Amino acid sequence: MKFVEEFQNPRLVRSLLEQIRSLAKRNVTLMEICGTHTMAFFRHGIRGMLPKTVNVISGPGCPVCVTPTNVLDAAIEVGRRKGVILATFGDMVKVPGSRSSLEIEKALGSDIRVVYSALDALRFAEKEDGKMVVFLSVGFETTSPGTACTVLDAVQREIGNFKLIVAHKLIPPAMRALLEAGEVKVDGFICPGHVSTIIGSEPYEFIPKEYGIPCVIAGFEPLDILQSILYLLRQIDEGVSKVEIQYKRSVRPEGNPVAKRVMSEVFDVCDSDWRGLGRISESGLELKERFREYDALSIFDLDLGEAVEPAGCSCGEVLRGIKSPTECSLFGRACTPSKPVGPCMVSSEGTCAAFYRYSGGATKR
Amino acid sequence: MQLSRLVESDQEVCLGIPAKVLGIEGYLADVEIGGAIRKANIQLVSGVKVGDYVLLHAGFAIQKLDEKEAMETLKLLEEFYEVR
Repeated sequence: MKFVEEFQNPRLVRSLLEQIRSLAKRNVTLMEICGTHTMAFFRHGIRGMLPKTVNVISGPGCPVCVTPTNVLDAAIEVGRRKGVILATFGDMVKVPGSRSSLEIEKALGSDIRVVYSALDALRFAEKEDGKMVVFLSVGFETTSPGTACTVLDAVQREIGNFKLIVAHKLIPPAMRALLEAGEVKVDGFICPGHVSTIIGSEPYEFIPKEYGIPCVIAGFEPLDILQSILYLLRQIDEGVSKVEIQYKRSVRPEGNPVAKRVMSEVFDVCDSDWRGLGRISESGLELKERFREYDALSIFDLDLGEAVEPAGCSCGEVLRGIKSPTECSLFGRACTPSKPVGPCMVSSEGTCAAFYRYSGGATKR
Repeated sequence: MQLSRLVESDQEVCLGIPAKVLGIEGYLADVEIGGAIRKANIQLVSGVKVGDYVLLHAGFAIQKLDEKEAMETLKLLEEFYEVR
């Protein structure tokens, strides 16, 4: 068992598709809320396999994409300070803030470094003790336990020149905000398998209970995704709504208790600004009071100003699932992966970048 | 396929990859992904043993993959195939 190829078996893919076809009698819209699902749908060509009646849209599941410009502006400002190394994940570097990007700042002389893990940033801090290493930490519940772990590591090893800009976000409050806004009609949610590996299935229970919408927590291989779609269609067909776990090899109903404990030891839940969705109550994480000395924004006395969306950019509507990338007037013309205007075109997990990459860019609009 | 994912994972925030545990020293494990070996922090998962598969995300193992559940899922899919 290698946990990958086994879940790509073409024979079983065909049998699942047959069953999906027999259940897809009326038009349904399903939403996925995970950058890895966005990519998996394109990589495996799943939309093209599905019957016309099954429409799959992407929600705000790309962590880079939902990070507002004011966080980037603050990171850029911190990166300009003398003696600072600003470290973050690769995709963040190219995202335009309101006036600049970390990539431009790097060219202008700021010490900006791309890391794979928060631990890499901590390693820089250890090596270069004359400098202050600031880690711009973005991501959902999948990423925040690792960041929390790294903070505890820094405390324990007394690495005082390691600081963070924490911009972590929580998925279930964003789902509630989408449902409350009521702009998009969703018949079923394909819930994110890796976020759910940490939080479990309970945090989604409000969706069937309060909104009557089926949820299936899905893995990322073709068989996972198709089985999840089949389960959603079954619930819809039977007129029931509940939270089911398809990705059982990784997701337990209670999630990962160790990771949840570490997260709550380091972070408090706070209100948070999302690109495209605005401020959502209790949808973000901040360092607890006793870790404030690790908070780069309070050390540099920086306030997050107001977030400004780039003119003409439809990332907000794309993140809310009410516009397809090709409906944006900038898509493939003024906004391409090599010269992105909005974050959804930057991140490989972004809906616009995935559309561009897999649909022949601007040529097939 | 797996190797291309590994390369991409360096740029993507949200990706999780199954990785095989080859050796453990304290909180750190050597893990194998598509032939490449890298270090993983295993503090967030209890009871990891050599030979287990873990889900690796941004340098951390975030779960031990459950082989029994994986087999159950595949068995169920085979049943779907047979009753088709």
